This record gives sequence, C-alpha cells and structure tokens, in this order.
Amino acid sequence: MLKKRLIPLILVKSGRCVKGKNFSTFRDTGFPITVARIYDSQGADELIILNIDPSSKEKFLEEIQEVADQCFMPLTIGGGIQNINDVKILMKKGADKVSINTYAVKTPSLITEIAKSFGAQAVVVSIDVKKKEDGKYEVYTQNATNPTGLEVVEWAKKVEQLGAGEILLTSIDKEGLMEGYDLELLKIVSDAVTLPVIAAGGAGKMDDFVNALNVGHASAVSAGSLLNFTDQSVIKIRKFMKEAGVNIRDRT
Amino acid sequence: MITIIDYGMGNLRSVQKALETLGAEVNISSKKEDLKNADKLILPGVGAFPDAMNNLRERGLFDVIREEVIDNKKIILGICLGVQLLAEKGYELKECEGLGLIPGEVIKFDVEKYKLKIPHVGWNNLINIKKDCPLFKNFEENELSFYFVHSYHFKTRLEEHIAAECNYGINFTAVVHKDNVYGTQFHPEKSQRAGLKLLENFINI
Repeated sequence: MLKKRLIPLILVKSGRCVKGKNFSTFRDTGFPITVARIYDSQGADELIILNIDPSSKEKFLEEIQEVADQCFMPLTIGGGIQNINDVKILMKKGADKVSINTYAVKTPSLITEIAKSFGAQAVVVSIDVKKKEDGKYEVYTQNATNPTGLEVVEWAKKVEQLGAGEILLTSIDKEGLMEGYDLELLKIVSDAVTLPVIAAGGAGKMDDFVNALNVGHASAVSAGSLLNFTDQSVIKIRKFMKEAGVNIRDRT
Repeated sequence: MITIIDYGMGNLRSVQKALETLGAEVNISSKKEDLKNADKLILPGVGAFPDAMNNLRERGLFDVIREEVIDNKKIILGICLGVQLLAEKGYELKECEGLGLIPGEVIKFDVEKYKLKIPHVGWNNLINIKKDCPLFKNFEENELSFYFVHSYHFKTRLEEHIAAECNYGINFTAVVHKDNVYGTQFHPEKSQRAGLKLLENFINI
C-alpha cells in the first residue's frame, strides 16, 4: 500500500538554512548540505528545500546540486520559480519535483506547462494561508506578504484542475510556533481535492503528525522548527507514527 | 566498469552518483565500444516508451544492447522506464516494440476499474518476493520499500520472471529477473538506504 510520508522542510536564505516564526524573525540553522545529509541519514522519505531569498539564486543552485549528488531520495525544490526555464534549470540540478507559489497564482498556466513537460507528479503547488476574522482562509503569496483575495478551497480545486501533482499547505498563523497544525485547514483542503496534501506549519509534538493524517486527512507531513529546535528527530517521529498505526515506511 | 546507457532520457547523474557512492566504477555512454567493454549495463529512463525506443534506435543502441545481453550474456538492470523497455511491446501512446529481452508487455493501470490516481507515485512496499533473487540479498522483508513514479507497468508473460510484486489496485510486477536480465519499476537511486542496498547487490552479482 502507498505509504504516508515524513518530509523535513529546509528553508534557505543567502546560502544558509534558516527557520522562523510566522514567516519572519529567522534564525540560522546550518548549511544546506549538512542539514540534508543529517535528514538523509535519519531516513527522511523526501526533502523539500525552498529558497526564500531568490537574490542568492546561483549559490542556491550549487547547493542543490550538492544535495542531489549526496542524498538519494526524492527532492522537491522551490523558491522564486517564475517560468518553465527556471524549472528546467532546477531539474537539471537534480530536483525531482518543483514547488511553485507566487507564480502559480500570477500565471496559473505555468502549472499546466510544467506538468506537460515533466509530468504532473513534478509539480507541487505551495499554498500559504491566513485565517480571516470570518473564519475563512485566504491565500497569501510573496512569502506571506501579499493577500490575494483567493479562498483556499477554491484555489486548491483550481490548482488540481490545472494539473498539479501535489499541494504543500502551510498555515501562516501556525508556522514556527510548534503548537500544532491547523487541522481544520488541512481537512477542508484534503477533503476537497484528490491530490495528495502535504501538511506544513505548526508541528510541535508527536501527536500532531498523527492528527494531521487521521484528522486532517493529509497524505504527508512536514516539519521545520520541530526538527531544528527540539530534540525530536525524523527517527523518533517515524517510530511514534509506526506505533500509532500509521502506514509509513519502516526505518532502514 | 558499469556503464549507464545514455539515450537522452533519464536521470543519469542520480544513478551515477548512487553507484559511485557505493564505490563502483561507473561511466555514462552511448558508444558501442563502451557498452561492449562494460562488465554490467544499466538502462535508466524517465519519459515515454515510444520516445525512448526511438532514441535507442537512432543512436544505434537497440542492436548493441540485444547483442551484449543475448549473445554475450552481459548483466543488465533496467530502471523505471528502463525496465519497461526490456519488454516485447509497450502500449504507451501507441503500440511499440521494445527490446524483447523479457517476454511480456507494458500496459497502463486500469484507472477506471480500481479508482486509481496515476501516476502511482510514492513509497510502496514489495510483496510476493522471490528471496533467492540476488537483488534481495541480506534484505529483511520490511526493508523492501521503494520509491515509485509510473503510470504503466510490465505484465510479464511468464510468472517465473517476476521477482517481486507491489500493490496498487492490483498486484503488479515491481521487479523482473530472467538469467542475466534484471529490472526494477521503482527508482533505487531515489529509495534511500534500501535503494542503495539493492544497487550494491547489483554491483556484486
């Protein structure tokens, strides 16, 4: 049976790994290649590496090549992708999938274009979301600075129609706080589309991962702060999930 | 020397890096002499069956591969699209002749009947494993999880050529083995430790 997945999220800024809260106040967390190798040795199922500072593109590409050459698992790379050429460059560097966010909203046809060239499974659309006062969820772009007016379920359905392979769903409100995922958000999106949804933003304790899958109906879980700032590791999380009955790969 | 066959399609570098990490001597080539001189061959692949067969023929590789594998009994490993090319026929986009190294044909998952999303993408575990296949040496059964990305699968004509299956709607062939011909539907170079272990077993055949 197809397994649920545990995916560490690595954010890169000016060539260094960083982690923040609610998309700001970033702290340095190491070198991409070292961090990637640790996750690899701990048996992560995949890695997502996002460049949140596209002005350091060249450095980022070098680092991606290093990671791809040394970590033998599926890599999703994103950050500042604007067109098909950006995608081609990343694929050449060793990406298996690309993550697009701002430009998915700006030029939705880019989703279809990438899917046509590389296959739907290569397109991850990253959706960052804030909860409004009326309880609805609004999609934000440009590193959580630009409200789009789009409602999350409506956008998720559109993204699926356009040919995306997966959705990386992040709660801006919960991100970095380690107080749990927004389970309601996960559920409404996961139930609305047939695409796999990767839960992101808020993982703080072991139960959160199981809840994201069982209550939130996500297909995969990702974590950033938890893995950087606590003593929880991919190994411990996998063990916990397995013992909780989750259909996840055994550690090898 | 293990030669990874370059026919313009496939993530050659990932396969090369994985093998080099394991200490193997590897080169990537589309030249007849290199294929002839290799101890083992790897046929990678990402993309569509007809394009791949076209590329193989255009580069004069169709005959070379058949000669090396059939006449000279060279050991070969097909990966993903590469394992599908080992078949007699494929039906992706149109009916197309394959390398014919293992009897059988390549067909699409029955999406309607089994309510499947394609491609089959993600980690999945092997079942009905033939433990004496050299690729599975020293593996515990629960270690045999690998990363799959495909919409078509290899239906072998003979059951004896199936070395392991996997379940996605149906039980489909995940690993083939016939004498010196091996193939995996999954990507061992993307399957972390399990994948590297399988590749190491291949290196040591």
